[in-house]
Amino acid sequence: MYFAKELLDKCSSLRKKWEDEVRKLVSRFGERKDRFSTVSDWEIKRLYTPEDNADMDFERDINFPSQFPFTRNIHSTGYRGRLWTYRMFSGMGTAKDTNERWHMLLKNGQTGLSTAFDFPTLMGYDTDSPKSAGECGRCGVAIDTLEDFKVLVKGIPLDQVTTSMTINPPATVMWAMYCACAQDQGVGLEKIGGTIQNDMLKEFIAQKTFMLPPEPSIKLISDTVEFGAKYVPKWNPISISGYHIREAGSTAVQELAFTLRDGMAYVEDVMERKGMHPDEFAPRLSFFFNAHIDFFEEICKMRAARRIWAKVMRDRYKAENPRSQWLRFHTQTAGCSLTAQQPYNNVVRTAVEALSAVLGGTQSLHTNSLDEVYCLPTDHSVQIALRTQQIIAEETGVANTIDPLGGSYFVEKLTNEMEEAAWEYIEKIDDMGGMLAAIDQGYPQMEIADAAYKFQRQVESGDKVMVGVNKYVTEEAEECPILDIDEEVERNQLKGLERAKQNRDSKAVKRCLDELRSACKKGENVMPSCIEAVKQLATEQEICDVYREVYGVYQDPGLF
Amino acid sequence: MVKRTLRVMVAKPGLDGHDRGARVLARSFRDAGYEVIYTGCHQTPEQIVEGALQEDVDLIGLSCLSGAHKTLFPKVVQLLKDKGAEDIAVIGGGIIPKQDFQTLYDAGVQEVFTPGTPLESIISWIESHVQPREGL
Repeated sequence: MYFAKELLDKCSSLRKKWEDEVRKLVSRFGERKDRFSTVSDWEIKRLYTPEDNADMDFERDINFPSQFPFTRNIHSTGYRGRLWTYRMFSGMGTAKDTNERWHMLLKNGQTGLSTAFDFPTLMGYDTDSPKSAGECGRCGVAIDTLEDFKVLVKGIPLDQVTTSMTINPPATVMWAMYCACAQDQGVGLEKIGGTIQNDMLKEFIAQKTFMLPPEPSIKLISDTVEFGAKYVPKWNPISISGYHIREAGSTAVQELAFTLRDGMAYVEDVMERKGMHPDEFAPRLSFFFNAHIDFFEEICKMRAARRIWAKVMRDRYKAENPRSQWLRFHTQTAGCSLTAQQPYNNVVRTAVEALSAVLGGTQSLHTNSLDEVYCLPTDHSVQIALRTQQIIAEETGVANTIDPLGGSYFVEKLTNEMEEAAWEYIEKIDDMGGMLAAIDQGYPQMEIADAAYKFQRQVESGDKVMVGVNKYVTEEAEECPILDIDEEVERNQLKGLERAKQNRDSKAVKRCLDELRSACKKGENVMPSCIEAVKQLATEQEICDVYREVYGVYQDPGLF
Repeated sequence: MVKRTLRVMVAKPGLDGHDRGARVLARSFRDAGYEVIYTGCHQTPEQIVEGALQEDVDLIGLSCLSGAHKTLFPKVVQLLKDKGAEDIAVIGGGIIPKQDFQTLYDAGVQEVFTPGTPLESIISWIESHVQPREGL
């Protein structure tokens, strides 16, 4: 029992009295709306009281930081021990352009790197593929061979800075290049730290950056988890991501449930395919959530996520090491909450969202720049976004105490409600035969499409307000400077690729690709042959073509 | 004579997977009473045009959020011309900076819709600009 019975009784009688008064007022004056709800349309009551927390058990549901179920935080000192990592997602143009941006960010006090690749790189195509026309360097940095990667990390001490890479189908290839660069710098693989996103299930569900069918996609992921556990122990081989699920239009509960159920699918695959115990690999699983505009809903989502994952790991998979039960996560503020109209307002949205991520206990954070609704951000807008984090961390005082909203009647109640609703989804997907089966049936995809369509309708009707879009609209268009990626970038990248192909030992490349093909066919771990192949300057696409040849290609079913 | 229902293709050229807008639009077109063909992501301009001809569509709505619109949208219009199907209207949407609009108009893209555009205004644009193609 969280509250003593006397308190609850007292509260109940006081509430009834208060409600009588409120009822009179509301019947005379009304309220602003008939129904109040979150951005996900979760209904919110007028007031929360101890009665809403009556079913709670302090030790079972809340407890202390670093104590199961980690609702309040995984670390015993929260941000007092160490602040979250300021990790701005960045990449544009050539490797050289991005390397310059990275050095600028590190000089400005950024504490970790995060790589945005361009679409050909994300999809496993080289710049000279016909499919890549017009895409080079536009949404991130273009990487074709190890030569590009060496330029990307030039002057970055890979034993000191951790790097996250948002890369999915070709994650093995980009990770192999990172490993090769570390070895080139004389840094052992046991010393490098970072993350590859490498979460294919959310690609099928939401982000749609896919290459191979689901089954072999999961096989490659389990290879990286196994390789990491053996040789790259400080690396997070996967970042199980809700971010893109949310950006695709899901509710907060859907983001929570689908992400954790994806995580469970990965755990199960590594256990079955590799015969590993969760405690051998689960401490390196990491997560990635969205911080959307509805402040409390986001905080509660993050608190609920920690609690659900702890229970799942302990009770379903029998993980004993607390680190296997920890849900460690990165957060990015919500790109989809930004508006092209009156773009300077985006600074405010991002600040509020970042604050929710901090109060939710994130381990690292990317804050969107005000112009990201148009293009990749300019140096100036990135700096404002980074400073937003630094102001929250070092001026506002919110990092002085752990989980400052813990114990709020509302926050505890909403955390419980979101956990409960997420479990319903998780159990439904269990009943369907797991996440792969659910994806095959289009279930999470259509749940998200329904939510996205409903939200759009609510915006159109004015039920959900977007300032500058459907309310407080100004006639005069407000402009902000735009970063243009020169077409020269594509020409330079093509030249570099041609040079690398000319200067390499083509027999060695062929031999490495043959070895990789054979590893794929035999079901062996692909990482060792992948690393050898990139060292011989095999291109990203050459390696991915081997995967495509052996495993086949996935086509978007085009559900809407 | 009763007017034939409009046949509309929502297409995703290029390599980006940002399909939220495209799919919401496909649904709202369906709700508006059009016959809707949605291509799914990662289509080449060739695949889009081939599909549009096979499906006898009256309008192609292109959605691109990767920044490759200046290459991909004109390519679709050009391929339609090459196939003698320039009467299929082409509109575009996505993350498209204002300074690129004129390039797209010059290439034959009839209208460009960017984030924040109400669904209703896209549909009313279609109602006033697109007719079922003749001889179908």
